[in-house]
Amino acid sequence: MSHLPSTEKKRLGVFKFASCDGCQLSLLSCEDELLALAEKVEIAHFLEASSATLPGPFDLALVEGSISTSEDIERIREIRHQSRSLVTIGACATSGGIQSLRNWADHDEYLRYVYPHPDYIDSLATSTAISDHVTVEFELRGCPVDKYQLLEVVMAFIHGRRPRIPSHSVCLECKRRGTICIAVTEGKPCLGPITQAGCGAICPAYHRACYGCFGPCAQANPPSLSEHYLADGTTPLQMIHQLRNVNAASRLFQIESNRIEAKPAAARAHE
Amino acid sequence: MSRERKIIVNALTRVEGEGALHIRLDGDEIDDVRLSIYEPPRFFEALLRGRSIEEVPDITARICGICPVAYQMSSVHALESALNITVTPEIRALRRLLYCGEWIESHALHVFLLSAPDFFGCASGIELTKQFPQQINDGLRVRKVGNALLEILGGRAIHPVNVRVGGFHRMPSREELTPLLSELEWALAAAIELADWVAGFSFPTFDATCELIAMHHPDEYSMNQGQIASTQFPTFDVDKYEQHFSEDQVAHSTALQSTRRGQTSSYLLGPLARVALNRDQLSPQAFALAKKICPVSVTQNRFASILARMIEVVSCLEESIATIQSYETANQAFVPYVVQSGFGCAATEAPRGLLYHHYEISDDGRVAGAKIVPPTSQNQRQIEFDLRGYLPQLIRESDQTIANECEKLIRTYDPCISCSSHFLTVHVVRN
Ligand code: SF4
Ligand code: SF4
Repeated sequence: MSHLPSTEKKRLGVFKFASCDGCQLSLLSCEDELLALAEKVEIAHFLEASSATLPGPFDLALVEGSISTSEDIERIREIRHQSRSLVTIGACATSGGIQSLRNWADHDEYLRYVYPHPDYIDSLATSTAISDHVTVEFELRGCPVDKYQLLEVVMAFIHGRRPRIPSHSVCLECKRRGTICIAVTEGKPCLGPITQAGCGAICPAYHRACYGCFGPCAQANPPSLSEHYLADGTTPLQMIHQLRNVNAASRLFQIESNRIEAKPAAARAHE
Repeated sequence: MSRERKIIVNALTRVEGEGALHIRLDGDEIDDVRLSIYEPPRFFEALLRGRSIEEVPDITARICGICPVAYQMSSVHALESALNITVTPEIRALRRLLYCGEWIESHALHVFLLSAPDFFGCASGIELTKQFPQQINDGLRVRKVGNALLEILGGRAIHPVNVRVGGFHRMPSREELTPLLSELEWALAAAIELADWVAGFSFPTFDATCELIAMHHPDEYSMNQGQIASTQFPTFDVDKYEQHFSEDQVAHSTALQSTRRGQTSSYLLGPLARVALNRDQLSPQAFALAKKICPVSVTQNRFASILARMIEVVSCLEESIATIQSYETANQAFVPYVVQSGFGCAATEAPRGLLYHHYEISDDGRVAGAKIVPPTSQNQRQIEFDLRGYLPQLIRESDQTIANECEKLIRTYDPCISCSSHFLTVHVVRN
């Protein structure tokens, strides 16, 4: 009966830009929920999972990966045009990913270091977030995203409500998990206080400092945290590298790493 | 009338990363076969420079979401070789256990969600579930055990956080690991049954003899240590890798391709090569299974790689059970070391085959230079070569059928295109 079209099922598209596929894989790793999800939505485009590719429009586009070639810019605009809602998944898509480290480097030198014929390569000198190029309805953090948060986001958009994703810091998750604070007891330069929750505070539970893979949290105050660590024996370079990792180009981490870099050591010592 | 046919698969599906296939036929002649990789470059080797060696496993993990452990392992082994670090037997055993988790997870993903649908004309694993609900659900449950191992040992399945130079940040307790035993035992029995199901698929006949290369270790089924063995040449040590292999740019290709120096032929890495070269070292039940479903003669049929994957899943499950049963929590999570300058290389067996890394370390403990040769960039030449070998039997079929069959063949290598540290996107086509 044609008046009951297949549009009853929301149409999902999953798209990839520069990335490791880890965030898409998180969707495939929802072993128990994947088949149930496939009942609820029509997976219209998901190259990693299916050879059946259907044209847009899409009710929901999940976008993984950062914009790092000139073709990417065209392609993300087209995807935006075809999608009612566009949600970015992961650090690459929300902040440019680890590949955004090139934003601080000499791109030509990078090209020459890796490729014998750099002139053949299509690559921009920067790796940027999807929201730098098109409007985005929601950004899901993490490198990789947490699969339960991913399911929550997909379900929320299918049902037309806002996703319930906490924006507090990793510290709260440590407390909830009962992990002893390693920044306090071991003096490790943990980014937990300025990193958004979502991972379950994994790193401190494994006796190591958080390296910020979920990006900055809502109330983050990076300068006060890094000044605390710098006063305590962490070198400026260590602190800069701690901030310049998989979320290097997220706004708050970027401003803070640049601030530390710009500031002469002597000036810091006098504060 | 032109006899020229162009067959283009614009986007390869059910593979990791993004690539395309171009075939040009002139009548019954194959003019050109090109696997092109349009995965954008991410410059890992360049961006690693200047980073402290402690940060390397977190960064290299991000090369690939499907086999992050392989990247972490090859890098920490290479750095340890540069610093002359020897890890304790307990750390070594746990690293193998972590690697088992990744092989189980990655192989099961490939078998049940990416590759099996091809044998039934299905577009996806989800679609295949309608025909074989029991098998696909069991397959996904086996995969989940692999992920559970990764979660306990590594903190999470994708980009684990617990791997470090010298060992681990924290050793898991016996109490964390033993609850996995019952699920592992279930998975072992299930995987053997599922392997029988897979062995009953109808396999295209395509035997293409080529050099098979895998690591070989005298005492164990090689995963993260050993020498480099081949079906055609003598075995040699990993630190001679660059004397034996080179990465060249070939005019017709879009990527750097690895070749054995002085040879024009390509070579194959991955589960088929490992099962062919190390079959006697499989776990007892996996060895019995290999005898039954994957005799030596079959290891030159690319489509049999799905069988080799199931055999390795069984082997990893059996090894994981044995490792956990005898596990005592060791106090020492990592071996301390003194930072100094040096050069070190290592290779490990990623799920898709041999993965080589080398690093130069400066005296302040930073990366001065890095080289990473992923398995797919090594297999790529073999993939193109095999497509040329497979095409003659398809040439009278429709373009669509040819495209589908070639895509199926490509999928049997489980190519991992995001590992694109060495792939090029070529604008210029030279003749
Ligand atoms: S955010 Fe991390 S896990 Fe996700 S695609 Fe990027 S590198 Fe991979
Ligand atoms: S780096 Fe921070 S946010 Fe990422 S897993 Fe570790 S604790 Fe969680």
